[in-house]
Amino acid sequence: MVQKSHGADLSVRSVRKVYTGRGQAVEAIQDLSFDVNAGELVCVVGPSGAGKTTLLRILAGLLPATSGEVTLGGTVVKGPPPGMAVVLQEYGRSLFPWMTVEKNVELPLKEKGVAKAERKRLVQEALEAVSLADAGKSYPWQLSGGMQQRVAIARAVAYEPQVLLMDEPFAAVDAQTRLELEDLVRALWRRLGVTVIFVTHDIDEAVYLGERVFVLSNRPTILLEEVKIDLGAERDQIETRTHPAFGRLRNHVYELVQQAKKGLRSIEDARLTH
Amino acid sequence: MTSRSTTRVPGWALGLAGVAVFLLLLQILPTAGVIDRRFFPPASEMFGALSSWLVAPQFWTALGQTLTTWITGLAIAFVAGSVLGILIGEIPGMRALTASTIEFLRPVPSVALVPLVVMLYGPTMQSTLILVVYASIWQVLLQVLAGVGSVDPVADDTARSYRFSLWTRVRTVTLPSALPYVMTGLRLAASVALILTLTGELLIGTPGLGSLLIDARASGQYPLIYALVLVAGALGLAVNLIFRQIERRTMFWHPSIRGEVAA
Repeated sequence: MVQKSHGADLSVRSVRKVYTGRGQAVEAIQDLSFDVNAGELVCVVGPSGAGKTTLLRILAGLLPATSGEVTLGGTVVKGPPPGMAVVLQEYGRSLFPWMTVEKNVELPLKEKGVAKAERKRLVQEALEAVSLADAGKSYPWQLSGGMQQRVAIARAVAYEPQVLLMDEPFAAVDAQTRLELEDLVRALWRRLGVTVIFVTHDIDEAVYLGERVFVLSNRPTILLEEVKIDLGAERDQIETRTHPAFGRLRNHVYELVQQAKKGLRSIEDARLTH
Repeated sequence: MTSRSTTRVPGWALGLAGVAVFLLLLQILPTAGVIDRRFFPPASEMFGALSSWLVAPQFWTALGQTLTTWITGLAIAFVAGSVLGILIGEIPGMRALTASTIEFLRPVPSVALVPLVVMLYGPTMQSTLILVVYASIWQVLLQVLAGVGSVDPVADDTARSYRFSLWTRVRTVTLPSALPYVMTGLRLAASVALILTLTGELLIGTPGLGSLLIDARASGQYPLIYALVLVAGALGLAVNLIFRQIERRTMFWHPSIRGEVAA
């Protein structure tokens, strides 16, 4: 089994992001502050164009914030930090088509300096964990979309990160595969104890997966509410989704996102029926 | 790949038929007196001259010299063009710094350098090599530059987030991404290098098929001139086929080559 690595806590302090390209400057993120505890699974939702991807790229150290800071396990993020893995929506482009599945999963480990025998073990276990133990010698493009995204997840898992960032990872896979992958992420998260930040536009998915759901406003983005999801540790696609508490939470988040779309900028101004 | 033509005749058969028609015309036009037979002998005479030359050691020596110049020039152009391309493409600011110089030097015809190289090296292989390298390096350089710039931003984000070193990134992400461009550059460069090899031999008289051609003209052996032209054409064809094969082998993963898959 892949070792239980200890998650790191993540803290975001007054992060602001202004894009200054051609023409006028665009303020994507106005002011975001929040904390994610070590080993927590937090989902981030918001209307489309809410700067979710911008936020994730800042957390990943791929994009510098205009002001404010992100700290991971007490260290300020200034570039992609060690101990962080990212799973992106576009699996077809984040996996390297010129390498076999095995090599794709192994490459980050090699770069990290993991010894050969250990690499072999980690790759094998990670592929087993996503039920792709037999696909190691295939090329990514020989697999279905859902399988490719599982390879990307295996690559992240084998890396033994403390924090796993996922940017709408299941937006491009079909609905059935999506449910399977959601359960896979929950299972891996519980087994590994890693901190997970999961960005999605799917409200049901966010409520189903998360321990907490962060609801973002329209751009320039602020945090509207941190919704606690008290659905217990065991989640089940049928049981959980038909539970009254799930429906209540889902409706609450849905209403918030709908009003955020129309320009809601403070939870005090929200007109909520749930 | 098979062509998607609606006819049932396979592509290679059509290709052969085309060649046959061409040869037939070459045979008929001079024999029928449509064109002057002295300067344009029929195909049978060209092949006759060719077959008698195929047993002459002189011919094989010349062919070897031509191939040596060509391959050496191509190799130099390829390595230098690739290294320069990667450096210019990867080091920030280098593109802007070099763009105008490259655009100035690139259109200078290699042949314009003939007087200069003759002055420097005389009628030696080096002279022709310089022409070959100068002409073909641009094909490689510009394609490598385009290729280095074509790295998918998602692939690049992935490499950065897993903290790949610059060297790993170049080796495992940049180069494979650039490969389709590099291959096109190599194939173009191979043809250009062959053309300039023969040009150099013809104009400067460095040893090879080109200088045999000059000798043939000087001694009035017109069928031989055509035989050598046929050899040059065959070389060009072979070069193209070889590089297409290399392309298919190295880019098996590329959507243009891997064809349809189940996914």
